[in-house]
Formats: sequence, C-alpha cells, structure tokens
Amino acid sequence: MMREEIKDVILEIIKDIDEEARLESLQPDQPLRDQLDLDSMDFLDIVMELRKRYKLHIPEDDYPQLATLTSCTNYLESRLEHV
Amino acid sequence: MGQNSHRIVITGVGLVAPNANNLREFREKLLAGQSEIREVDIRYVGKVPAGLCSFPETKYRKKKENKRGTRAGCLGVYAAHESLHDAGIDFTEYKTERTGVYIGLTEHGTVETENEIYNISQFGYNIDYWTHHHNPRTVLNNPAGEITMSLGTTGPHYSIGAACAAGNCALIQGVQMLRLGEVDLAICGGISESTGSFGIFASFRAQGALAAHTDSTKACRPFDRDRNGIVISEGACVMTLERLDRALERGNKIYGEIVGYAVNSDARDFVLPYGPRQAECMRLALNRAGIEPGDIDIINTHATGTRQGDVEECRAINEVFNGCGSTFINNTKSIIGHTMGAAGLLELAGNLPSFFDGWVHPTINVDHIDPECEIANLVVNEAKKLDGVTTILNNSFGMVGINSVVIVKRV
Repeated sequence: MMREEIKDVILEIIKDIDEEARLESLQPDQPLRDQLDLDSMDFLDIVMELRKRYKLHIPEDDYPQLATLTSCTNYLESRLEHV
Repeated sequence: MGQNSHRIVITGVGLVAPNANNLREFREKLLAGQSEIREVDIRYVGKVPAGLCSFPETKYRKKKENKRGTRAGCLGVYAAHESLHDAGIDFTEYKTERTGVYIGLTEHGTVETENEIYNISQFGYNIDYWTHHHNPRTVLNNPAGEITMSLGTTGPHYSIGAACAAGNCALIQGVQMLRLGEVDLAICGGISESTGSFGIFASFRAQGALAAHTDSTKACRPFDRDRNGIVISEGACVMTLERLDRALERGNKIYGEIVGYAVNSDARDFVLPYGPRQAECMRLALNRAGIEPGDIDIINTHATGTRQGDVEECRAINEVFNGCGSTFINNTKSIIGHTMGAAGLLELAGNLPSFFDGWVHPTINVDHIDPECEIANLVVNEAKKLDGVTTILNNSFGMVGINSVVIVKRV
C-alpha cells in the first residue's frame, strides 16, 4: 500500500468514527487529537479497525507513533507495504 | 421546605414509542388504537412482530456519541431532553448537582454482549477483536450515565433493575429521593433496547410466550381468547419530577401528583405471575394514597398477552375493584407491544392526558374476550369519554415475581 493510500485509509477510518470530523483543514504534522474531537477511546477504535482490516496488531508502546497523520502514515508504511 | 414539599408531581414527559416520539402524537395514536407493530427480522430468530422506534436520534447528541454509546442511551438521552424541555427546565431554577437521574431497566448489556460475540465470530472468536467499548456500554448504570453526560447533571445517577416493573420503580425511586431531600429534581425513566437482543426473543419463544400473528398489528392481544404471547418493543419514557411547591412557583403545567405507590414480591416463581400478590400491591398503593378502589377512574393494566399473566391480573383487579362501576380499565401494550423496562412509564404517560381530555384510550385486538379475563368496564377497541378523570392507577409487573403500582392524581 502506498503512502497516499495509507493516508486515505486513516482519514476514512476517522470519518467512520466521526462523520462530522473536518478533515479538509487537518494539519498533517499536528497532533490529531488537537485538531479533531478524538479521545483515547477513539484512538483505540482506529487501532481496532486497522486490526480488523489488515490483521495488524499495534503494540501499546507504539501508540504515540499514531499521534499525527504523518507519523501514523510513516508508522504504517512498512507494516502495510504488502497489503 | 414548604408544606407541599412532600407532594411530588410530574411536570415533564419525554418519550419514544414504536408509534410516536412525543406525548401529543402518542396520545392521538393511542386514542385511535393505531398500532405500528411490524414484522422484523431478528438475527437467528427470523421474522417476528416487534415494535421499533423512529425518532430524530441526533437531535440532542452527535452521531459519534450514539455510535459509542448504547441504543438504550440513545433512546434515553432523547427522552430526557424532551422531558426537561416539556417541563420548562433549563437549570436556572434547579442546580445540576441537585438533580438525580433514575432509570428503570428490565435488563442491560444483553444486546451489547450478543453483538460483540457476533462480532468476534467473524474473526474466529479471537478475543483480540473484542471491543474496548464493551464495559462502559454494559455497566448497569450505562443509560442513566449517558443521560447525565448529555444533560451535564452531576447529581446521582443509577439504574433500577426491576424486570418489567422497572419504569414504575424508577418513578417511585424519584419520589423517595425528593421526599428524602437527596435531590431537588428527579429525572425518572424507563428504557428498553430489548428488540436488539435475539436471546430475549428466543427465550420468550422457548417459553411458549412469544406472540405470532399474520398481521403484526394484531399480534399483541391481551384479554383476547386467541392471544398467544408477548410482542417485544423498544422504547423510552422519561418523566421530570419535582416538589409541588416548587412546581407551583415555577408555574409550569403539572400532569399529576404521585399520591400512592407500592412494590412487593410474589416470592414464588421465576416467570409465572401471581394475582393475589398483585391484589395486595394494589391495595397497599390505595392505602398509601388514602383512597378507596372506587376513587380510581382508570386502571392501566400490565397484561402482556400471555395465557396466565392476563388471567392473574384480571383476578386481582376483580378482587380489589369488584363493584366499582366508575373504574374503567385499559391496556396500552395491545397498541405498542411490551416495551419492557419502559412499559410502566410509557403506559402511564399515554394515560396522563386523560386528566385533561377525559378520554380513556382503548385496548385493541379484543375480538373474543377470554371468559377468564372478564372484567367490568374494560374499554375495548374504541376510546371511551368519561365525565372526568381525576385518578389513574398504573400496574406494572415483572419476572421473578415483582409487582409495582403507581397512583397518580390530577392536581
């Protein structure tokens, strides 16, 4: 999966969690939680959705790497390259 | 506190029923005997008659919150906001920390657990796919807690587990907490999300108590010779309770005063109801209200359309109200099905307008009265106009032998 596709998947998952999320103004290097109405339970929803879609198990220690759209994409790039 | 501070009144009603999402519409449809019970396809069970609610689910909270929460929470949040709006309360005259939320539930967590097991069945029953939302969704205070989060009230909130007597019991809890001085405003409700649970349908079917009919609107037929069980419905009703003196000061409309109530236990059987104990419960409520059986204008029955349950209640009513020619009797479930934890309050709410319009809504689907269910003044198939209505008695009974009675009087 390419970077752009990964980014689209992340945005799609966020949109599924909160369809009112304003993604068009999202700053890719700013923390998602500062820009969207997302809390820790929502982040776990993102983790669970990635697990369901791609059988990807993200260890809790890696959660900080999901903080921004860019860091999230970076983190997933190598893990989803064969998807 | 003033001399009327021990007198507790209902000043707001918010509801979601299978045929309405506000009291005005609900009342119109009850008077017309308009059932909107329909055939629903339930997972593993198949097609059965059931009552589903249609209402503006995002009127008071975001879709995101509805997805995170439960169906019970969604129903309850809507009904609670509607109730407070109806009561004219915006928390300028009451403090949020002096407001209690008491919600009656027949059960809770069944729907969420079934859904989650179904979810992991799609992943080989690997519990790594079990949702982190499970515990906050299934704790028993969930619907009441979701209501406090939406309203911003910080007083007590909890659920009252009382099978299908739960709505009445939540109302009674509110009365007691107001009289104890624990709160100044009580938001009392009954909620059912039971239509989301295949297990509840399957269990009634296994018990031989799940209604079936070619016409779903005719499936729930209490007192009829050909009744064959319960129609399960979802729903919610939330009533706003306050002390009479404060309500009079505020000048909002008052639906009625809760003048009597009682709860007792059969102590006999897991599922079978017991008329003599129901009769005791009605007498206890009448005694507390300081009134005679003949003072009751309307009895709203609990009858669910099961073979024995209806007979037991009719026996109890005949025993207590024998010879009371001015007491009329109806049944709301025949129109909306059995809304379980919501039943007590939804059914009471549907009758409160009788104080102002003088009508008794009918019991529908009584084509051939069961001789064992013969009770005087049963209002059958057509609404009946009375000269006046001042007092209503509401029965609500539940499994494992719980009986509840609430008596409301026009102020």
